[in-house]
Amino acid sequence: MRRACLLALVLAGCSEDHDRVAQPSQIAPEDIQSGYDFLQPETQSLQDDEFANPGYLWVDKGQALFNQAPENGGPTCSSCHSDDSRPVSKAAAHYPAIDELTGKLVNIEARINLCRERYQDLSPLEYESDELLGLTAYLSHLAQGEPVSVKIDGPAKKYYAAGEEYFFLRKGQFNLACSQCHNEHWGEKLRGDTISQGHGNAFPAYRMEWQTFGSLHRRLRDCDSGIRAEPLEFGSETYTAVELYLAKRAEGLAMESPGIRR
Amino acid sequence: MIRISAPESAFEGEVIELKAMIQHPMETGYRRDSKGDIIPRDIIKSFRCTYDGNIVFEAEFFPGIAANPFLTFHARATHTGALTFSWTDQHGESWTEERMLTVS
Repeated sequence: MRRACLLALVLAGCSEDHDRVAQPSQIAPEDIQSGYDFLQPETQSLQDDEFANPGYLWVDKGQALFNQAPENGGPTCSSCHSDDSRPVSKAAAHYPAIDELTGKLVNIEARINLCRERYQDLSPLEYESDELLGLTAYLSHLAQGEPVSVKIDGPAKKYYAAGEEYFFLRKGQFNLACSQCHNEHWGEKLRGDTISQGHGNAFPAYRMEWQTFGSLHRRLRDCDSGIRAEPLEFGSETYTAVELYLAKRAEGLAMESPGIRR
Repeated sequence: MIRISAPESAFEGEVIELKAMIQHPMETGYRRDSKGDIIPRDIIKSFRCTYDGNIVFEAEFFPGIAANPFLTFHARATHTGALTFSWTDQHGESWTEERMLTVS
């Protein structure tokens, strides 16, 4: 009987909602640091060298695509987005943002694909394709140095709340929330690595581990599989909401893309 | 994508720095995919830089070379001519870029 009671208690404890949410935590505004500060000096200098930084392979590709006429005879990206009208120079620092036509939250990748469908009559590019990474890299690189800032009011409010909820949600076999590493333990060691604060201001970025260039959603998928949780789909609404939460959390940090990360 | 850094002009006798990077996975052939199957090797085997037809730098690549190989090397400018940078992979496919060097 006693054992049954204990079991019932344990089961009740597991199913209770507060166990699935990590304790509230945040990084003090004066302590906010880019992931760059957690890199080794050699890696930092690779990011700073505009030739040696392999991320520029994708920036170059994106720049070419941006100015190249599509095969269907549609307009180029650059024919709409000149310096005078609808400039895109610093736009990447202010995404994700609400798409005015649908009222939905879109990140840079989704915005590029919306442009392709609406104005160029082209099919959307696949997430993590060299073309989409290239265009994202080019646009993000134009915003290099611009402080990250996003709008979280109005229709963006619910996405921000959803992103925040995911950030504090304990998940996976390790039962860890993003906040437990990146708010509570940044600067400490996780095996050989120093835990960063988990900002997205260098993405899309070249990761040593990948030996290639990748999006922020790919990075989030790696974090989720790292804690043995099921990664969400590329471009999923939840990851885009997390992207918005992360951008607000990193507000004021300079855009670094194409960054180099471990 | 290929990135080349080479000066457009140089003085006779000047030592110039040349940089070359190519986008390539340099798949080692030792890794396995999520199903446990071997990912086939796919690497660049050689790189060559010629200056007006003469080889000034050559390199042989192996599976231990990281993705998107990047080389920096030097040459002495002697006369006006074309610098060609070419990579050849294990299947014999090759990629070439050319830059004119004007020597005064």
